[in-house]
Amino acid sequence: MRTKALDQLCAWLEHTPMSQTIQTVDWIVPAVQTIHILAIAAVMASVLMINLRLVGLVGRDQQLNAFSGRFLPVIWWALPVLLVTGVIMIVGEPVRSLENPVFQLKMALVLSAIAITLGYQAPLKKNPVFWHVSGAHRIAAVVLALVSFMVWVSIVLAGRWIAYF
Amino acid sequence: MQADAILRWLEATPVAQAIAEGESLFPWIECIHVLAITLVVGSIAIVDLRLIGFASRDHAVSRLTKDVLPCTWVAFAVAAVTGALLFMSKAATYGHNFFFLGKMILLLLAGTNMVLFHVLIGRDVERWGSTPHSTPLPAKIAGVCSLCLWVAVVAFGRWIGFTLHPTVGAAG
Repeated sequence: MRTKALDQLCAWLEHTPMSQTIQTVDWIVPAVQTIHILAIAAVMASVLMINLRLVGLVGRDQQLNAFSGRFLPVIWWALPVLLVTGVIMIVGEPVRSLENPVFQLKMALVLSAIAITLGYQAPLKKNPVFWHVSGAHRIAAVVLALVSFMVWVSIVLAGRWIAYF
Repeated sequence: MQADAILRWLEATPVAQAIAEGESLFPWIECIHVLAITLVVGSIAIVDLRLIGFASRDHAVSRLTKDVLPCTWVAFAVAAVTGALLFMSKAATYGHNFFFLGKMILLLLAGTNMVLFHVLIGRDVERWGSTPHSTPLPAKIAGVCSLCLWVAVVAFGRWIGFTLHPTVGAAG
């Protein structure tokens, strides 16, 4: 997707003092990318643990909501870190990010991942064993776990591909 | 120099040539490498934070490691294989890169820390008491060291990409 408004936004961003600083100071981009990767590492490990618990491979000594309660906050705390570091990278290279189809795909995936996480978390608040109340719920839980993990994996892969597109 | 000859030989292998010359092979392997590293670092951090006494305190360390470490090892194996493939494709360039060499040393230190933990510090991990499980000081120190080392591994890894000075004929 490329619109005139997006072109103008990129052109403006590129010439802001902040963008100039990010472009010219050597250590900013690798440092910001390092923090971005560490934050996504926290998310990925948490997502993996929750999803392994959903399919019943780990942590069966703890109920689903208690187990998720250990890892869900990590996801929600890492997201603002990812947002801030992500924005810094965008400001540094607006055209290569905002107008990049892989970046746009990644943002759609991020929104899906957030929706999936909320969709998993919300019913647990009302009923701690929601995902295990019936056979159908258990199957839905396994599907949700698989889809969630695949979406997050795709986000990481798309993130790296932005640099090559 | 002997080492340089080995690096050149690695670069000349058909696998290395295919990765260096293929259009999308390098980015795909790199993607898998990054994905594996996020899972290695994230899962190790879960254990480290437990050792330090910061998270999962209501879970015995031995119970937690049984859940987490199998994932860490699978992810580490993937990261090592993909890392080796990426290295081969530009062996001479990486072999002379400060951050690449630094990353390898950091990995060795992280490995040493882990062996020390399993052999010495965590020998009696099964007996580290019941709720709330507190960990002995050496375990806390091992957790801090591990966390710092893995953060540094990620940072050095990222800096490699910004400091490559390609030798003649090699792709940047």
